Amino acid sequence: MVLRIEAKWEIPYVHSAGEHATKFFEALKEKKILGVKCPKCQRVLVPPRAFCERCHVDTDEWVEVKDEGVIETVTINYARFTGLPDPPYAVGIIKLDGADTGMLAYLGGVDLTDWKKAHEKLKVGTRVKAVWKDRPEGRITDILYFKPVEE
Amino acid sequence: MRRAAVIGVGQTKFRTRRDDKTHPELTREAVSRALEHAGITMDDVDAFVFGTMDPFDGINCPDRWSSTAAGFGKPFMKISTGGTTGLTTGIAAYQHVASGLFDVVVAVCTQRVGENVDAQPVLNTAVDPIYERHSGVGAISVAAIQATVHMQKYGTTEEQMAWVSVKDHENALKNPYAHIKKKIGVEDVLSSPVVSSPLKLYECCPRSDGSVAVIFASEEKAEQIRDDPAWILAESSISDSYFVGDRPDLAVWDSLSIAGRRLYRLAGIDDPKKDIDVAELYSPFTIQEILELEALGFAEKGEGAKLAEEGVTFVDGDMPTNPSGGVLCTNPIGATGLVRLGEASLQVMGEASNQVDGAEVALAHAWGGTLQFHALMLVSSHKKLRR
Repeated sequence: MVLRIEAKWEIPYVHSAGEHATKFFEALKEKKILGVKCPKCQRVLVPPRAFCERCHVDTDEWVEVKDEGVIETVTINYARFTGLPDPPYAVGIIKLDGADTGMLAYLGGVDLTDWKKAHEKLKVGTRVKAVWKDRPEGRITDILYFKPVEE
Repeated sequence: MRRAAVIGVGQTKFRTRRDDKTHPELTREAVSRALEHAGITMDDVDAFVFGTMDPFDGINCPDRWSSTAAGFGKPFMKISTGGTTGLTTGIAAYQHVASGLFDVVVAVCTQRVGENVDAQPVLNTAVDPIYERHSGVGAISVAAIQATVHMQKYGTTEEQMAWVSVKDHENALKNPYAHIKKKIGVEDVLSSPVVSSPLKLYECCPRSDGSVAVIFASEEKAEQIRDDPAWILAESSISDSYFVGDRPDLAVWDSLSIAGRRLYRLAGIDDPKKDIDVAELYSPFTIQEILELEALGFAEKGEGAKLAEEGVTFVDGDMPTNPSGGVLCTNPIGATGLVRLGEASLQVMGEASNQVDGAEVALAHAWGGTLQFHALMLVSSHKKLRR
């Protein structure tokens, strides 16, 4: 039997969101979601970024989008992985009203025990609305999850 | 650009753990086998290109360690583009030769995903810390969201996806280097636990340790060295948007279609179904082989799921896909793309362990990032496409 040596990385980092995205996080404190409009292709990009990667131009026109939209796709995770959320949890891409791109987010408000039943309630095209933290702190996690809107 | 060919391929056995060897020892095993396969020595090699995806191995810049087995004192560089790394490394080594700067260049990729007790948290660190990392997204969930859309848009079924897994597992039984060797049926796939819905355990790749080396040579050298080199007809690569949510339609892989069209134009291919005999695609999840076959023109949009089910992609079918057992059975992530090229080259040399009868043109593919990068290479037993 060969020698096995256990190792673990615990290396702290402090990341900058940059001046541009900080504006988005400030707006979250008021439960508002901001995107940016590309002056060239006119797409409203959410999450916002300082330049349009397709057109190579700066994006400085800020646009408020709704905290409601439709599910573009979803998956429910049932496996447990070190450091990742406790299963089951649903993650999807939501296209918010007023945005031209989808945003990665948690989905909730649905029983996830049986994946097929849950997928029926979280079908592509289902309308959903954000559920916010009571006291937003200006972090992406202020949006707890999106849940289906009762029609 | 001048013509170049693959003249040697060397692989280690891929396993969850290769406790018998260290990082450079695995690199040495693959390089030695490739040199032996080509019938040349280290003295004949002009330069090395090394690929790996940090930090699966738990060693940052493992190129430092592994370079000791990759040509002491010779020109050396490292390539890294996520899961695409292996094939991007192959492209870089090919360009070293095709540019005329070097005559014989080794591409080598080593990865120890198995030493990483849990790969998904590492994949999650590849996601930005500002907007998306909190979601816990890794490779499985991004493949699963492709599957959800494909199923709803085109009616692709769980059974059809399971057939891809059955086919790959059957193929891997014939590959001495493959990691997972287990005969399974559709029911086994369907009854395996759901990992990220709708994908089940047997629809997901393993974590593998191992190394692969592929040697490229100029036309003149290739002809001196062996009678049956695998000539490079073309290569192509592409980068797509960073955010997965920017893609207009996840049921299709647009960027791969574009990269494929570029490749076919360079090689003079009009109909990939007729002109390409075998494909080694980067499909760590069943749904991805389906999307890739559609994007690369082997099936119409929404029709890719029928190919495994109807036997078309099995080794005796019209479009054999992943006869090596593919990524679904062996995934040393940053090395995997180069394994695709190695296996494609062996097919056109007529030396593959699960040989496709009469294969003359073979396609190798890799993707990486969160569905972001693609790389493609086309190899042939002839210098030009023959029709």
